[in-house]
Amino acid sequence: MNKRILMKGNEVIAEAAIRAGCRYYFGYPITPQTEIMHYMALTMNKAGGTFLQAESEVAAINMVYGASAAGGRAMTSSSSPGISLKQEGFSYIAGAELPAVVVNIVRAGPGLGGILPAQGDYFQATKGGGHGDYRNIVIAPASIQELYEMTVEAFNLADEYRMLVMILGDGTLGQMMEPVLFREEEPIVESTKEWALTGNKGRVHNSIQSIYINPDDLEAKNNELQAKYRAIEEKETRFEAMETDDAEVVIVAFGTCSRICRNVIRQAREQGVKVGMIRPITLWPYPSEVISELAKDSSVKAFLDVELNAGQMIEDVKLAVNGVKPVYFHGRTGGNLPSQKEILDLIMNIHKEVNQ
Amino acid sequence: MIDYSIILAGFGGQGVLSAGKMLAEAALIEGKEVSWFPSYGPEMRGGTANCSVVISDQVIGSPVINDTDVLIALNRPSLEKFEKQVKPGGIIIIDSSLVKTGTTRKDVRFFPIPSSEIANELGNMAYATVVLLGCLSAASGCFMREAFEKALYDVLPERRHHMIPSNLDAFDQGVQLVKK
Repeated sequence: MNKRILMKGNEVIAEAAIRAGCRYYFGYPITPQTEIMHYMALTMNKAGGTFLQAESEVAAINMVYGASAAGGRAMTSSSSPGISLKQEGFSYIAGAELPAVVVNIVRAGPGLGGILPAQGDYFQATKGGGHGDYRNIVIAPASIQELYEMTVEAFNLADEYRMLVMILGDGTLGQMMEPVLFREEEPIVESTKEWALTGNKGRVHNSIQSIYINPDDLEAKNNELQAKYRAIEEKETRFEAMETDDAEVVIVAFGTCSRICRNVIRQAREQGVKVGMIRPITLWPYPSEVISELAKDSSVKAFLDVELNAGQMIEDVKLAVNGVKPVYFHGRTGGNLPSQKEILDLIMNIHKEVNQ
Repeated sequence: MIDYSIILAGFGGQGVLSAGKMLAEAALIEGKEVSWFPSYGPEMRGGTANCSVVISDQVIGSPVINDTDVLIALNRPSLEKFEKQVKPGGIIIIDSSLVKTGTTRKDVRFFPIPSSEIANELGNMAYATVVLLGCLSAASGCFMREAFEKALYDVLPERRHHMIPSNLDAFDQGVQLVKK
């Protein structure tokens, strides 16, 4: 199967999940991610798994909890308003330390909002959304090939760390087609899941829950979780650096935004302005270190954070830059995308300003 | 070729999304990078539909097009909506059977092609977009007939392969109209 084929982002996610050994999919339709469900409905049965259209998003996430507790690779997908409904389940999954993969193909909010692409769920995805001290690994692909590879990886990470891994895309990535090259065999990391509820014949019974009435027990549990999160920050932070070696202006952008900025970098350099980009691939853990290092670099004059929201990731950029260099922002909302020209014009102005 | 962009637009049901997909498949067969992005959401038959196709020799930046190299318009609202986005020196192709106006742009290459009439003569309205793809190929060189033919074999199910000669006929008529 050594041939690139043209596929829609949403369909690629579903295909990747099945290839990664996902055998339980629960969902509820919502634009712009419904093709994931559609593809699952057509193929999950053939793969010997279970596809179920739940009665609601809340039901779907709790079905994921159950299937995962029983040792299966399980996932759900939705778009922004539907993901809001799942937050309680996210917190319980974190508390019970269950592996799960959740896809959020973000649409414009708040409220019912619109169906067009946005990145307004950055805060919700990376800072919580549910209650309590917990983290989810959040991966932000920027192409259809990455949607495939990172969805497969999400299942491995979920099993390894026993936690929820979110694929955070947007309507553009879900709806667009691009060539994808599938591997002959997926790099599935098998996990023994000795904690799973598989029937206790011949062993002490397992228990999966998130209730700890004794405060010391709960604090110990929290400490354990935090230690796990610190280890993930060490090991699993991912980003792409583009032409940052000599950059005077460093763009920070993820997902679809980073693609638009990729063109802008080329155009700016044609006009003699050295622009580079840090593209966070994991939004949590966040690639703070590389941004801090660049901030200290004398050739870097300024940062420009570009997002499809009113300014969310910029808080993480500013924390990393820590006041050493100015951080500018450009964002669009409502489902609109910035044009290359508006970003380029802004960069030219920034470049003038910081070189005065 | 760096990020050569094409917008195909018309009424829902005219086949602009499928035509865009065929174009993307043909470019992929030629070894190019390609992206296809549709208007999506509460679209319906008779409403407007469009898609953006980008073809490139390198990794594609934005799949969403602000300034386009080519516009293919199958109805008047699409021409009016998108003609201002065509780059100077770009190409506008219209189905002149359906769009009775010209373009207001003087700085583009303009091809009014009676593709619906040609499709009607060929006995299948679905060929209208194929005529326009032939025109696109000849006017821009962004993909070649051989790749389009291969794409037809790839995309069409075998029970539809008998339609490939007529598709190529429609394509060639589009090519000839440009050469005139």
